[in-house]
Amino acid sequence: MTQTAPSRIPLVDYLVLDPEPHLVAQECTNCGARYFDHRDACAGCFEDEFSPVDVPPTGEVTAFTIVSYAPPGVDAPFVGAIVDCGGTPVRANLRDVEPTPEQVTLGMKVALTTYSLGTDSAGTEAIGFGFAPA
Amino acid sequence: MASGDVWILGITMTKFGKRPETDTVGLAAEATRGALKDAGVSMRDVGVLAAGNLMGGGALGQQLQKQVGQTGIPVYNVANACATGATALRTAIMAIKAGEVDMGLAVGVEKLSGAGLLGVRGPRAQSDTWQPEGRQGAIMGLDGRVNTDNMPGTFAQIGMEYGHKYGGVSFELFARISEKNHGHSTLNPLAAYNKAMSKEQIMSDVMIAYPNTRPMCSANCDGAAAAVVVSDEKLKTLSDDQRKRAIRVAASVLTTDPYEVGCQVLPNVNTLTKNAAKQAYETAGVSPEDLDLVELHDCFATAELVHYDNLMLCDEGNAVDFFESGAPHRDGRLPVNVSGGLQSKGHPIAATGIANIWEICHHLRGEAGDRQIQGAKVGLAHVIGLGSACGVHILEKAAA
Repeated sequence: MTQTAPSRIPLVDYLVLDPEPHLVAQECTNCGARYFDHRDACAGCFEDEFSPVDVPPTGEVTAFTIVSYAPPGVDAPFVGAIVDCGGTPVRANLRDVEPTPEQVTLGMKVALTTYSLGTDSAGTEAIGFGFAPA
Repeated sequence: MASGDVWILGITMTKFGKRPETDTVGLAAEATRGALKDAGVSMRDVGVLAAGNLMGGGALGQQLQKQVGQTGIPVYNVANACATGATALRTAIMAIKAGEVDMGLAVGVEKLSGAGLLGVRGPRAQSDTWQPEGRQGAIMGLDGRVNTDNMPGTFAQIGMEYGHKYGGVSFELFARISEKNHGHSTLNPLAAYNKAMSKEQIMSDVMIAYPNTRPMCSANCDGAAAAVVVSDEKLKTLSDDQRKRAIRVAASVLTTDPYEVGCQVLPNVNTLTKNAAKQAYETAGVSPEDLDLVELHDCFATAELVHYDNLMLCDEGNAVDFFESGAPHRDGRLPVNVSGGLQSKGHPIAATGIANIWEICHHLRGEAGDRQIQGAKVGLAHVIGLGSACGVHILEKAAA
């Protein structure tokens, strides 16, 4: 029996961990609309061909909220934000910043970051993502 | 009156709030019988029933018929998020416009007291190894890990996004919008809450999702509203009293959100509301300046701000100035949410889209008592259901 290195799995399949963690959108080859889910067709132009594109790992906060009540297993308060990554809006939490209106501001520059969400019984580590002040 | 018009003949809303003494069907029956009485007609006259309810299982219409009158008419059970009531009303209006019936009834009802945070799904099935699931291959729930699914947080971001685009927003500004609506509700005996709240009280209350504190969130409560609508031809056969109190539906519009960049990342509640408003103003032949009052979907204080702009009550980007001018206060140039709005009157989801039309009709009929907007002739009612659906109705006082 051979030992393998502990493996990792991303929280969502649009988070790609190697070689450096980054987000990958599905881009409509006809109109350029970008999505983060498995598609049947494009909501904008109705065509059904997509190609994966890397999303820039840095961006600007265009909206945020500081949520006081979290579901089980999630620490509160946490910051939910929309980050404009070079024209592609991304949904995420902000990390490594105090969750207060004094520290989180509209327009702040942020960069993608990853963190451990724990390990399952097979030894696989789950990796989440967020954005931290750049 | 032009041929083809549809009129609201009777309309009512129940007391909103905690209604433990009755069930969903009972509340719907109370509103239905109230609307029929207000219209001066019976279930025998009604040709179609549209029944709106979101949380109750999908067969409200038939359950309601069993309590108030089984006449064999078609029933449409309607669900369209927070636009359910407006959609039910529009279903009855469309049946009349299609020429299938000359009278219809729409009802919306919800039992929502103590429902807590809306928008959050239940826990996933447990496994001891990570299993990617769904359209994003998620290995665990994303609520709280990739932004929030809850409504206060979602609409908080919608208000903040407006601030990022146009500037001028602050926690205090949103709290003052809420202060206005809580103040308005003191004159509304049917509101779930009738207490004025100061800006300071609102800001120091429990923070739900910054910048929305608890009183800045729509109040989950029980309630129902119902309306009887009739064709032009039918109205002509009715009594003077019925005709005098009839309110013309000058526009009834329903839209969904067209694809735009980012609309599947943060719901876009703006474009579909602008589209609905534009279509409604054109259909009704009125402009925002002609409106005497507006009931808009202030599900959160942060939402009310963006809808000043979306409904074109102000120039693009000027919602903050519009509020600061005092215009949306009940003694202002264009009173908004004189009922107290969803934050204080309450938001029994499926009832809201008819209850806000009741509020407008109440003023157009001159029956609003202490909170009457004097001389009101034209009003607009707006709802939005996240996902999204937007209903806009423009109502006009009868010419005679």
